[in-house]
Amino acid sequence: MWQFFHKLGSPKWFFGIATRFMPWLLAGGLLLLAAGLIWGLAFAPKDYLQGNSYRIIFIHVPSAFLAQSIYISMAVAAVVTLVWRMKLADVFVKAIAPVGLLFTFLALFTGAIWGKPTWGTWWVWDARLTAMLILLFLYGGVIALDRAINDEKSAARAVAVLVLVGVVNIPIIKYSVDWWNTLHQPATFKLTEKPTMPMEMWLPLLLSVLGLYLLFGWLACIRMKTEILVREQRTRWVRELVLAGRK
Amino acid sequence: MNSAGRALVKPVEQGVGVFSAMLAVFARDVRVAFRQRQDLLNPLLFFVMVVTLFPLGVSPEVSFLQQSGAGILWVAALLAVLLSLDHLFRHDFDDGTLEQLVLQPQPLFLLILAKTLAHWMLTGLPLVILSPVLGVMVHLDGNSIAILCLTLLIGTPVLSLIGSIGAALTLGLRSAGVLLSLLIIPLYIPVLIFGTGTVAAAAEGAPVGGYLALMGAFLVLALTLAPFASAAALRISMSNS
Repeated sequence: MWQFFHKLGSPKWFFGIATRFMPWLLAGGLLLLAAGLIWGLAFAPKDYLQGNSYRIIFIHVPSAFLAQSIYISMAVAAVVTLVWRMKLADVFVKAIAPVGLLFTFLALFTGAIWGKPTWGTWWVWDARLTAMLILLFLYGGVIALDRAINDEKSAARAVAVLVLVGVVNIPIIKYSVDWWNTLHQPATFKLTEKPTMPMEMWLPLLLSVLGLYLLFGWLACIRMKTEILVREQRTRWVRELVLAGRK
Repeated sequence: MNSAGRALVKPVEQGVGVFSAMLAVFARDVRVAFRQRQDLLNPLLFFVMVVTLFPLGVSPEVSFLQQSGAGILWVAALLAVLLSLDHLFRHDFDDGTLEQLVLQPQPLFLLILAKTLAHWMLTGLPLVILSPVLGVMVHLDGNSIAILCLTLLIGTPVLSLIGSIGAALTLGLRSAGVLLSLLIIPLYIPVLIFGTGTVAAAAEGAPVGGYLALMGAFLVLALTLAPFASAAALRISMSNS
């Protein structure tokens, strides 16, 4: 167990493992996402109330899922950074914060497109929308703080503190805006409960959620690899790798 | 920081109790602040000016002001606290006092708590005291003003406490001011929502006990957790420079 933990802290080991896993993540992600999207967009039944416009959930819901999961995973990595000072954990936080920002933006953007035909407006100051907007701000703050501190180690730890403070605040923000104003429907897609939508809609949604998670894994790997190369550029293994690649 | 301010640091030796150390930090911050009176006045002037902008910029109509007055005052108070946060650690950081504070045998988070409470007493409390006057100017009725003051009284310490985390994180950075706002404003949102929500509920004649209890919960949460986070952030920033 501890040996595994120790290994996990080694950028070189991770680099190798990530290189080996990445094609699988990419292939699996693309396959599942393509299957989910084609099924969802072309073959799943129409919604009796919303017609075809509901089909954006096959992008909207996975993005919203990831937007939140990424923040949670960043918080876990932040604890690891602060407690064990593990190099990879802060590489992870740094690498995926912009991805989290992107997915949060996607969720908001697709939500706006969905909102126009369904609610008749691009934007409402509703609890969930506002909470997601605040999540976007939190991601923005994390990225801004990371860029503002030159020293790598202090940047990592300062960002970790900020991420943890944000994570304490997320439930508070969520409930405060929940009580404040609500229009968005409650979550339609939960793994733990029996789906309320028909199977033909639920399954493609599940596929696209899983597919996007795998693609996120691929994206995280490639971004972490780049960050590792930059940070370890003075080490021997990186030099050898680069020289080998040049031949 | 003038030389008089610097001389005010009382040496806190080992063996001094935690409470007397906290009291010493608190008293010192208050004393330094009163020797730099303009710094005390600035957030207040800012508060008044921001509130003035709304009737001029949006509408001076009584109905609009009555409806949005509490929100305007809350936002202005929030911005005023935000503006003053830069001073929380900056001077002490520049002249080395903060380094001494970090080296004290007493737990850093308690000393920071004392500093933050001093900050609240010097910025948040004057805002609360000033708010009835502005409340009258935006045509709030007596009951609303009373509730507004109460929410500000509970809410502004939360703003100072959360803000201390941001101030500690951005200490010694370039463009710290803007960055501080970016980091802290998202965290201020719940306080703002409940602060203005309480006044809105009171205006509709709904019971406000629940709202006030929740704001009290925020205060307790911030009092217990924020000093730890700021202490950790401060250590990071100090090792950075």
